[in-house]
Amino acid sequence: MFKILEKEVFSPIIKLLIIEAPRVAKSCKAGQFIILRIHEEGERIPLTIADYDRENGTITIVFQEIGKTTAQLGQMEVGDYILDFVGPLGEASHIEKFDGPVVVVGGGVGIAPVHPIARDLKEAGNHVIGIIGARSGDLLFWEDKMREACSELLVTTDDGSYVRKGFVTDVIKEVIEAKGKENIPLILAIGPQPMMRAVCNLTKEYGIKTIVSLNATMVDGTGMCGCCRVSIAGKTKFVCVDGPEFDGHEVDWLELGRRGAIFRPEEQKAMEHHNCKCGSGCGGAK
Amino acid sequence: MSDEKKPKKKIIPNKNPMPAQDALVRARNFSEVALGYTEETAIAEANRCIQCKKEPCRQGCPVEVDIPAFLKLAAEGDFSGAIAKIKEKNALPAVCGRVCPQESQCEMYCTLGKKNDPVGIGRLERFCADWELATGVKVPEVAPPTGKKVAVVGSGPAGLTCAADLAKLGHKVTIFEALHVAGGVLMYGIPEFRLPKAVVQAEVQNLKKMGVDIEVNSVVGKFTTVDELMEQDGFNAVFIGTGAGLPYFMNIPGENACGVYSANEFLTRTNLMKAYQFPSWDTPIKLGKKVAVLGGGNVAMDGARTALRLGAEESWIVYRRSKEELPARHEEAEHAEEEGVKFALLTAPVEIVQNEDGWVTGMNCIRFELGEPDASGRRRPVPVEGSEYFLEVDTVVVAIGQGPNPLVPRTTKGLEITKRGNIVADEKAATSKPGVYAGGDVVTGAATVILAMGAGRIGANSIHEYLSSK
Repeated sequence: MFKILEKEVFSPIIKLLIIEAPRVAKSCKAGQFIILRIHEEGERIPLTIADYDRENGTITIVFQEIGKTTAQLGQMEVGDYILDFVGPLGEASHIEKFDGPVVVVGGGVGIAPVHPIARDLKEAGNHVIGIIGARSGDLLFWEDKMREACSELLVTTDDGSYVRKGFVTDVIKEVIEAKGKENIPLILAIGPQPMMRAVCNLTKEYGIKTIVSLNATMVDGTGMCGCCRVSIAGKTKFVCVDGPEFDGHEVDWLELGRRGAIFRPEEQKAMEHHNCKCGSGCGGAK
Repeated sequence: MSDEKKPKKKIIPNKNPMPAQDALVRARNFSEVALGYTEETAIAEANRCIQCKKEPCRQGCPVEVDIPAFLKLAAEGDFSGAIAKIKEKNALPAVCGRVCPQESQCEMYCTLGKKNDPVGIGRLERFCADWELATGVKVPEVAPPTGKKVAVVGSGPAGLTCAADLAKLGHKVTIFEALHVAGGVLMYGIPEFRLPKAVVQAEVQNLKKMGVDIEVNSVVGKFTTVDELMEQDGFNAVFIGTGAGLPYFMNIPGENACGVYSANEFLTRTNLMKAYQFPSWDTPIKLGKKVAVLGGGNVAMDGARTALRLGAEESWIVYRRSKEELPARHEEAEHAEEEGVKFALLTAPVEIVQNEDGWVTGMNCIRFELGEPDASGRRRPVPVEGSEYFLEVDTVVVAIGQGPNPLVPRTTKGLEITKRGNIVADEKAATSKPGVYAGGDVVTGAATVILAMGAGRIGANSIHEYLSSK
């Protein structure tokens, strides 16, 4: 059992939990993920590690409520226990001192997993240009933490309700134009799939290597089931053990999108079943 | 001959049949297929054993159960004595009584079996184990603590057996399991209708009562390594029994289409995550009307039979050799056929066809004929020219085998690995790394529960020897 020590509500659907998991905290690295299961009948879902505290033995996760499990997770409070919490899983981000400024991009809830990677890249001596964006200002979080983790930070919102109007791709383009494409050795982007795909389409034009962190449906998360398989440069890879980070220009986005949608009707059904069990028309809020 | 002086036991030629759920009823539920003997039948069946002098059955048991002795006790109605006798050698009798291929082990050597049916040793093992589970389990005695700590990586049949044996010898054992429950393939792989999960958990509980610690949610190779377990956490020896958890695919076009599962995923969703109870349980599984399972082993049979239970209208085994070469236990293939599983034999897909949304619509297949025997001694399937045809299916389960999971081999310094990724271990389960032993599928490649248990036993003996010499 894994105790929830802290909770923060960033928006009605984006929440943060700090969970007591000393063994995971002791060994995890930026870019890795955990799998959790809330209760006995629960499903196993992967979430990328947003932060960790080795001394206090805690792991921070930030998630968006998009299905039954994340909705239930969002209802849990400080002092509650998560039944199963396993990690760290997946390969860590590749950190080295690059020749030139590195651009890290976090879109929406993807700001969270980008944060420890940006921090490690900066600690390795890189000049880190951070770009964070969200649909609107009220969905943005961790601007302060990201400002600290990066050498400089640019913020944008799709609707212009905060700082400026524009997609993260608009800002990336401006940065590339300003710095010169040959001077940027690496771009790392984490966020919703359409965003990562759009970033990759853009950076491909410039020929800049771009790393993305894929979020696939998983069961065990240790390479046993192959549910998360994805084609990378025409070869089948498992997101759980070969990833979650891949060269975005090699990802078969169409296949990834389709495979990610396999259980969408069932997820809908699970949500309805969940709502129905509550019986108060809470819309999954209880 | 001295035997002639004794009154000869009357030979009863036929094995007492195992009561089972009706094939067409059971094909639509997840309850156990075989229902087990009654006390009366068990005594009658045990009495069929003629207690022959040579006891050939014993050589067929990978964990060396004293079969004639337990049969004698069971024949006398002393089930408590019978199960105690079995448990001297076998830590998981309720499991083995259900899933061991007895026809190619103990029962194959049974003297009675030369001219008649062999004694139903497996059925009787199951009966005795179930009898004990129902009447209250006696925890085996454990030796006084030796002060030595052993880590067992993986809680499948190899790990559980190794842990039980070491605990009996007084060593402090901790099992590390990657999933959220112990049991390994017994929990995620073998279906409920062949091996009820409550039976597995009852056996796991016995281990805990013997003082074995089981740490679930613990992926060795990730949160820690074998080296760290030995150098930092004070484990004096390690047994690796991580199994064959890496699914193989055919490497044909279309294999990543929606509706294609590895057998591991298909069975894990169903067995471990209880997807057949969705939406009461959260994990879904999705299949269409026509399911094709690729492969001919026990896992393939489990997949095809599971598909029927999940509501498939048609469930096909697609296998490139003929029925005679099916690697599955005869009983499993027979059960599958009784339940309505269809067999597309001498057939293999060359491509999985998908619609514009990426969902499976069928497979382009070719037919084979059998040629000369190959290295495995089985006749080699040869493609028949011009035999291409389209098999319409909407779900495909790939059950062509599994390799060793690389997480532990890759992260353990100085561990010799084969080209296929298996850990190299000698006949005493010793690896190239001092103090580290390995057994089961991670060494041999995918095999049976009982062979893994045999390897766990050997590993435990070797570790005991190693610890005693230190």
